[in-house]
This record gives sequence, C-alpha cells and structure tokens, in this order.
Amino acid sequence: MTGVPLSWYLILSALLFALGVAGFLFRRNIITVFMSIELMLNAVNLSFVAFSYQLKQVNGHIFTFFVMVVAAAEAAVGLAIILTVFKNRETLNVDEVNSLKN
Amino acid sequence: MNPISQYYTATDHFVLVPAIMLALFGCAILLLDTWIIPNPSQRKWLLPVFVLPGLGLTGFALWRQQAFLAASGSAEITAFQGALTVDGFSLFFNWVFLIASLIVALVSYKYLEIEGEHHGEYYGLILLAQSGMFFLATGTDLVTLFIGLELMALCFYILVGFLRTDKRSNEAAMKYLILGAFSSGFLAYGFSLLYGMTGSTKLRDIASTLAMRDAWDPMVFLAMATTAVGLLFKISAVPFHMWAPDAYEGAPTTVTAYLSVASKAASFAFLLRIFMGPLAASRASWEPLLSIVAILTMTVGNLAAISQNNVKRLLAYSSISHAGYMLLGLIAGNPTGIKGVSVYVLVYVFMNLGAFLVVVALRRKDLLGEDVEDLAGLIHRSPGYAILMLVFLLSLAGIPPTAGFLGKYYIFLSLVETGHYLLAVVGTLYVAVAVYYYFRLVRSMFQTDASVTEPLATSLGLRVSLAASAALTLAIGIYPEPFLRLAQSSLTR
Repeated sequence: MTGVPLSWYLILSALLFALGVAGFLFRRNIITVFMSIELMLNAVNLSFVAFSYQLKQVNGHIFTFFVMVVAAAEAAVGLAIILTVFKNRETLNVDEVNSLKN
Repeated sequence: MNPISQYYTATDHFVLVPAIMLALFGCAILLLDTWIIPNPSQRKWLLPVFVLPGLGLTGFALWRQQAFLAASGSAEITAFQGALTVDGFSLFFNWVFLIASLIVALVSYKYLEIEGEHHGEYYGLILLAQSGMFFLATGTDLVTLFIGLELMALCFYILVGFLRTDKRSNEAAMKYLILGAFSSGFLAYGFSLLYGMTGSTKLRDIASTLAMRDAWDPMVFLAMATTAVGLLFKISAVPFHMWAPDAYEGAPTTVTAYLSVASKAASFAFLLRIFMGPLAASRASWEPLLSIVAILTMTVGNLAAISQNNVKRLLAYSSISHAGYMLLGLIAGNPTGIKGVSVYVLVYVFMNLGAFLVVVALRRKDLLGEDVEDLAGLIHRSPGYAILMLVFLLSLAGIPPTAGFLGKYYIFLSLVETGHYLLAVVGTLYVAVAVYYYFRLVRSMFQTDASVTEPLATSLGLRVSLAASAALTLAIGIYPEPFLRLAQSSLTR
C-alpha cells in the first residue's frame, strides 16, 4: 500500500459510490437494485479504511465492521421482504410492483 | 485494577439501562412468547406479561436519569468515553418515544386480530425499534448514531411488511426498505467524510475541528450535502419523500401511526444533533439549502394532500408538510426555534397518533375503512369518535385552542425573531391550504349520511389511548405552561 496516495483511494471510493447510485437509479430488477446499495456501502467502507490508514487510527476500521454488520442485516431483512413480494406477485421488476399510487 | 471496569463503568451502565430494558424485553418476546403463551387465543396476555413491564422499567430508568440530573445540577451525563450523552434533550425525546410506543402497543391488539396477524414478534419489534430510537436521541458518536438509526429502520421495514399475505403491505415494505437503505448509504458516505476530515467520530471533536474550516470548503460541503440527503430521507422531506405515502398506505394502520410519529421524532432528534452540533459551523452553506427543502416540503405535502381519497395517504402527505414546519424551527436555529421543534414534536405525537387511531377503529372484518367516504356520517354512527377526530384535525390544522396552534406559533415566532420573514409568510399561507383538506374529512364526517352502519372496532386500549391523546391535545393548547417547561428542558444540550 506504500506509495499510493490517499486521494486515489478517495477517488476510487467516490467512483464506486457513484456507480452504486447509478445502478440504483437505472436498474429495474429488485435484486440488482439491492446489490447496487451494497456497492454504495462498500464504497463507504473503502473510504473509511483509507482515512483510517492515513490517520493511523482504528476508529475508521471499527466503523467499517459496523457498516458490514448493517449491510448483512439489511440483506437478511431485504431478501425476506423481496421473497414475500415475489410469492404474492411472481415478479421482481420494480415497475410492476405498483399497486400503491396516487 | 479490574480490566473490565475500565470499559464498562457504573455510569455507563446507568446511562444504558433504558436501552438494556428495551432490548431485553424485546428479545424475550421473540424467544419466549410461544413458550409462555402457547395458545394463540390468549395472545392478549402478551401486553401485560411482556410489553407493559418492559416499557414500565424503561420509564423507571429514564425517570432515575432525570432525577439524577436534577439532583446533581449538572447539564449532562456522558458515558462510554463520550459516545452516549444523557441531557435534557435526550430525555425529552426518550419520553416522547416511550409515550408513542405505549399508545401503539395498547391499540394494536384488536386491529391485528382483525388482520389475522397477531404475533408476539410485533411487540418485540416495537421495543427493539424503540431501543434504536434511544441511541438516536442519546448518541453523540457517529458509530452509535448510525447503529441506532439502522436498528430502528430495520425493525420498521419488518413492521411495515407485517401483513405477509397482503400485497400492499409487501410492496410498502419493499419500497421503504430499498429507499431507506439507499439513504443510509448516503448518510454513511457523509459520515466517512466527516471522520476523514476531523480524525474523530465524536460529535464534539468533529464540531471543534470543523469550526476552523470554511463553510464553503468543497470537502465540508460534500460531507454536509451527503449527510443532509440521508437525514432528509428519514424525515421524509421533499424531494426525498417518495417512500412516505406508499409506506404509510400499505403498512398496517397501527404501524403507520407508530412510523409517522416515533420514527419522525427520532429522526428529528438525530437531525438536530448533527446540524446543531458538528455542522453548526457550516450554517452558511446549509441554511439556504434547507430553506429551499422546507418550502418544497410544505408545498408538495400540502398540495398533494388535497387530491387524496385514502385517509392514510392524506395523513401521509400531511405528515410530510408537518416535517417542513419542523425544519423551519431548525432553520431559525435560535433557542425559540429549537424549543419550537420540541413543542411541535410533542404536540404532533398526540394529534397525529389520535387521527390514525380513529382510522384504526374504522377497520372492520370485511371493511378496509381507509377511504374518505368511510368516514361518512360518523357523527350519526359514533358521535364520540367524530368529535375526537374533529379535535385532532383542528389541531393538525393549527387552529387554537388546540395544541397544534402552539407548535406552529413558536416556529413562526422564531422565524420572525431571526428575520426569516419570507419563510414565515409561506408557512402561514400553507396553513390555509391545510385547513381545506382537513375539513374535507370533517365535512365527510358531519354532513354526509352514513353508508355503512356496522359499529366501529373498538377495544379498551383504543378507547383509553384515544381519550388520553385528545385530552392532551386540548390540555397542551389550553394550559401549555408545564409542557413548555418540559420543552424548555430539551434545550440543555
């Protein structure tokens, strides 16, 4: 890791985050949308670890663990909810799950 | 030289007891409910066996903290090296959460029986969600706040989708989950930048380091903007409000009631902690941004509510517009403004819960009871409920002598004090719009003939909660002194 400046990590993290946001906005499959959110959270992890390494602290590393736990819990709850949606409707397309609207 | 006592002191324990009680009883319900109450027909015992003792002990722990603060004369108790802070602010909000949980737990029994989904998990999730809210109001560290937010949000995702076989409930849960997780991503990104710039996750250290930087520094601005996006999602401010009407409409009505008051109060506690703490120094950059958001929120909330025919959806848009009013208090930012937000939150809990409780009573075995027409002729069928609903709607519209007027009064007063005249004028104009759609409901209740003659689904808990909410809505409006003192105590932060 020596020689690679902090800014490179931050740019990579920002790019990954932007990719996640783009995936969230433009993909229509619920599972893919969910994976895009995981990508955003992992971009956050990368930036935490990079900052933590730069600052020679462990705070950022610890935050990373908590973000991972949250991501895992969200995936567990999220997939369960997606499963019930699929059971009731036989579709995973976000646009077709639209019985609630003005 | 006991190594453990260094990391978990008596003070730490004292501060943590409310959360321990909530988590303990929440998990106890999840693990033991079918063991202690094996017969599904006896589920009504869940409430006195688990929920009331849990909430009671939490209340006792909070009361002891309050007494300790009053006796010691100090402004705050910090624990876990500054990760948690008990002060007037955190205690005020924790009392609000406790009241909301208690009322919702009391009214849910009959409703869930009708829906055929009365399970112990429901109460367990309510208690666990409240422990998340405890950390949102008490936390003063980015990690604690983030975990508290997620704990609360995860419980709410499940609660919103609690009616497993109902398509609308599934859909609401899915939309809430996807958008909620998305906003958490933004929030976490903002937190990582705040940490990177300051080298600390403690709000106090972040505040002192950021105070030395320019508000328009691009890094500070990016951190502020991403954090704000995450927070504004949670309070359902426009343009991040899309989840609210769908989640409110699809969720079980009791959960909608809980979501609309407790989750909103907790998110506002979180918002105030962040914006009046670490981001206080960059006010120059966020004040114009939040002013635009507040105006948009009041506009969309009030205008979209006019054309709604589903009462839950109408109240969802009305709660969006209320979030806009509360934001105005933060924008004014002086002690009157913050006190105004506290008063507003307190008042909002009673009036909004009350309005939703009437909708809960309208749900019958074969009748959804969510449309404006379902309120028709309520005054002839159940005059008591119609009168109570009238009180809640008057209060939501902000008409004296009800409590809603008081909340709006302090918000507008603070805006005038700080010279935000334009915002005050816009806010006042939208009150007139709000009166129109609230009175659509009143007209339906009082002027049209009853289409359905089936009696309302009531229970003892529901009647007690409704009476208490209405009494407090009127009491705060007529004799506000003690409640204002309570809100004043939330200023010690």
